Amino acid sequence: MTFHPDKTPKINDILLKVSGLKHSFDVSKPLFNRLLEGQPRQFLKAVRNIDFTIRKGQTYALVGESGCGKSTVANLVVGLDRPDAGKIEFSGVNLAALTRRSQIVPLRRRMAMIFQDPHASLNPRWRVYDIISEPIRSFKLLKDKTAIVQRTAQLLNEVGLSPEDGKKFPHEFSGGQRQRISIARALASEPEFIICDEPTSALDVSVQAQILNLMKRLQQRLGLSYLFISHDLAVVHHMAHQVGVMYLGRLCETGPADSIFNNPAHPYTRMLLDTIPDVEMTGRTRKPMAGEIPNPINPPPGCAFHPRCPLATAICRKVVPELTHIDDAQVACHAAAAEFNQRSAKKFYNTKPDKFISIS
Amino acid sequence: MNTIMAEPLLEIEQLRIEFETRRGPLVAVSDVSFTVQPGEVFGIVGESGAGKSLTGQAIIGLLDPPGRIAAGKIIFDGRRIDNLTYNEIRKIRGKDIGMIFQDPLTSLNPLYTVGQQLVETILTHTSVTRKQAYEKAIKLLSEVGIPAPEERIDHYPHQFSGGMRQRVVIALALCVNPKLIIADEPTTALDVSIQAQIIDLLKRLCQKHGTAVILITHDMGVVAELSDRVAVMYSGRMVEIGKVRRVVKHALHPYARGLMDSIPSINKKSSELKQIKGSMPRLTEIPQGCSFHPRCPEAFDQCRKETPDLIDIDGTSIACWLYPKEGKP
Amino acid sequence: MSKHSQIGSAAEKRPSVWKGGRNAFSRMVNSDIFYSFSHSPLTIIAAIITITIIFSAIFAPWLAPQNPFDMAGLELIDAHIPPIGSADSDPRFLLGTDDQGRDLLSAILYGSRLSLIVGFSSVIFAMILGVSLGLISGYAGGVVDAFIMRVAEIQISFPAILIALLVNGILRTLFPDFNAERLVLIVLIFSIGISGWVQYARTVRSSTIVEKRKEYVQAAKVICIHPVLIMLRHILPNVMGPVLVISTIHLAVAVITEATLSFLGVGVPSTEPSLGTLIRIGNDYLFSGEWWITIFPSIALATLVLAVNILGDWLRDALNPKLR
Repeated sequence: MTFHPDKTPKINDILLKVSGLKHSFDVSKPLFNRLLEGQPRQFLKAVRNIDFTIRKGQTYALVGESGCGKSTVANLVVGLDRPDAGKIEFSGVNLAALTRRSQIVPLRRRMAMIFQDPHASLNPRWRVYDIISEPIRSFKLLKDKTAIVQRTAQLLNEVGLSPEDGKKFPHEFSGGQRQRISIARALASEPEFIICDEPTSALDVSVQAQILNLMKRLQQRLGLSYLFISHDLAVVHHMAHQVGVMYLGRLCETGPADSIFNNPAHPYTRMLLDTIPDVEMTGRTRKPMAGEIPNPINPPPGCAFHPRCPLATAICRKVVPELTHIDDAQVACHAAAAEFNQRSAKKFYNTKPDKFISIS
Repeated sequence: MNTIMAEPLLEIEQLRIEFETRRGPLVAVSDVSFTVQPGEVFGIVGESGAGKSLTGQAIIGLLDPPGRIAAGKIIFDGRRIDNLTYNEIRKIRGKDIGMIFQDPLTSLNPLYTVGQQLVETILTHTSVTRKQAYEKAIKLLSEVGIPAPEERIDHYPHQFSGGMRQRVVIALALCVNPKLIIADEPTTALDVSIQAQIIDLLKRLCQKHGTAVILITHDMGVVAELSDRVAVMYSGRMVEIGKVRRVVKHALHPYARGLMDSIPSINKKSSELKQIKGSMPRLTEIPQGCSFHPRCPEAFDQCRKETPDLIDIDGTSIACWLYPKEGKP
Repeated sequence: MSKHSQIGSAAEKRPSVWKGGRNAFSRMVNSDIFYSFSHSPLTIIAAIITITIIFSAIFAPWLAPQNPFDMAGLELIDAHIPPIGSADSDPRFLLGTDDQGRDLLSAILYGSRLSLIVGFSSVIFAMILGVSLGLISGYAGGVVDAFIMRVAEIQISFPAILIALLVNGILRTLFPDFNAERLVLIVLIFSIGISGWVQYARTVRSSTIVEKRKEYVQAAKVICIHPVLIMLRHILPNVMGPVLVISTIHLAVAVITEATLSFLGVGVPSTEPSLGTLIRIGNDYLFSGEWWITIFPSIALATLVLAVNILGDWLRDALNPKLR
């Protein structure tokens, strides 16, 4: 294992630590049908052991295609679902273990969420002012009505809208503006951490640029941390400091964004990067990935990617690969780990004897 | 590349689409003119509300009322098709012009097997026996990359995954060898890895059969990979038409340039993405003059007063006052 | 924390795009709903009729020449007088009198009032009960939902009139003091209400299930809003549309149900006849040639129900976004 002294995590720097997260959904047919057809219960294994850490002021992006479980992870972290197993430690407190509202609410205030669909994420019957000030009233942050009005006006300015917009209804705004309102609502409880579930996937490209710029500005000014869920690798490349690539509920590869994009070690990551359309017309040759994403109800045994992987061997079909450190990142791949070990061994055996002593 | 200017397969002249509302007619698409050569892939890009889907629907005669073609001509294979009766356009649709929609779930009839739908389409438009149609269907399914086609031909649409369904839709569109296919956001509902497969498939098949494609999408990446020429639409007008490489890398129109610049890149990192301020105006509030002028960093007086026409410069068409008729500024 | 309280930066301020009158009245007049209303002559007529009937029912004591509920004011000698236009008519009684000497016009006015009071109250009762159960059923899901829906399905397999009769009968035996008129009315309203909650519950339940999945409800959960508040403040306003349509049509049904129960003799007390009672009374005399006692109340009832139904139809079409 390589040792990087400057990269030792400082314990009080870590805002969110997720370990061993597991969650399945019961998708069994109703009791009668099961009895009549003699079928067992069926579970959709959405999240099968996820670990990651987010530091203050950083953006951690979870990427993957549909069915990989990234949205489920977001819902688990924010508390919309309870995980079957694992820990979600926010500022050192395990949210998954808390049961009393009095314990949970103060921690929830410090987190917020932005959703994908700008049309469904705002109540069409509420005025914008009420939508944005709801967290303030729910967490009882301000009591005086004038103070709330002022704060709402401030939030609207912060996201590039005007205070008069507070009197309007959501349908009077465009998709990009609605997403700004969602961001204003997220900022209302003065959070430290925002979970963003595909915040720009439903927006046009030029509007997306505006929203991403706004989010980055807010991060720099307010010191926010983001858990950024997306399927768009180019957007993730722009926004994230750390990236985790998910496939069928497990992390294939996780590490600093530069590492993932410039030196992808996992075959799935490599293929995913390969499938990004070549907008800049660099003339890059592409080889589209073969096969389809398997059904998460019955994922393949061993490494879930093995049916589509060009490097698959016998062990891949049986043993689930663990995340191991390879250069700056962590990779869950038997082939990549083997190749890395070979490389390190070669380096070890090829170094001159006096180099041994200087390894610290 | 075909450098001989053959007779264009499709010619659109000054197309204008309006919606009848109780407050008067609403113009959704105006003064749209372009041509498509046989075998060419022509992309129409723009953001939502720009009018690209409406243009595609108008060509194939699927414009829903209260929308209607208010002016202009659509000439397909030398024959004018915008003023045909319902029955006449039905004969052309499906036989000479095929369509691929965004949602493969709703393009296929859930009550019939894939085989039945293919065979019925083949039999309607060509005179072959049922057995021959069946064999052709199996061959098509295999061509679009569906494994075990003899088995899967008897499956229902819901038994296919999203990517497979879109392949079936492509097979359905190609089964009678149309001269033109209109693909409206064919890959938007698919995963990134499946998208790449479908783009590849479309490219291969259209080259093989010599089919022209009008590719309507908001995804610049898909257009860059697939098209030969591309048109950029804004607020119901085409602002730039040209070879895809040139438009993507060195767009002339400020909107097209802003659009290409705002796409995040996987190759270079920047702290801020270039953005175009404001957003596309609603149909009821289109500004006078050039509809882009409130957001344009290079707008001047004339832009606020008169709407620029599409003029041809060096093989590119552009609608912008920065480029007078004589040539480059 | 202080970073959040800094005044927002001079980011681009989008100019307000929305045009049109700011106050509620001008918005209503300009809306598409009002447009479809003002362009449908049938609906306008129906609305006028309904408003007239409601108006005259409210102001019955001032409009009616006689108080038909006041037994002391009736004279048996005035009974069986035919309406204006036939022989033996009396100018005091425009539409004739019934077997007790009640002026039919006054009886219709007071009777409609009773029918409408019972009708509106039953609708409101059914609406509150049905909407609440629908919300709870849709939001909670699971066993609660299954239980409520089974009860609903069992009830719906019986005709509503039968349910009303059943509940009415049970309550009357439970409270033998049924001569108290107020109690009779309450029992009646309760029975008709109970017979009608199911359609509200079902509609609200399906809308709730749809709304529950939408992201604005998730957003409310994220900020720890209590489930009851989510149901009342977030979901309820979004599911009320179809409820309004159902209630206008249900009003007509409730009025007919009350009339039926009164016709059968188990509705309103016979001293305070509603339209249904009048029809029953008149039924006995139909074959002896005194047609007016049945016909006029029937016309009044049919007109009211028809007008309300037309209004309900219009409302459903106007609120249906797909038809606009």
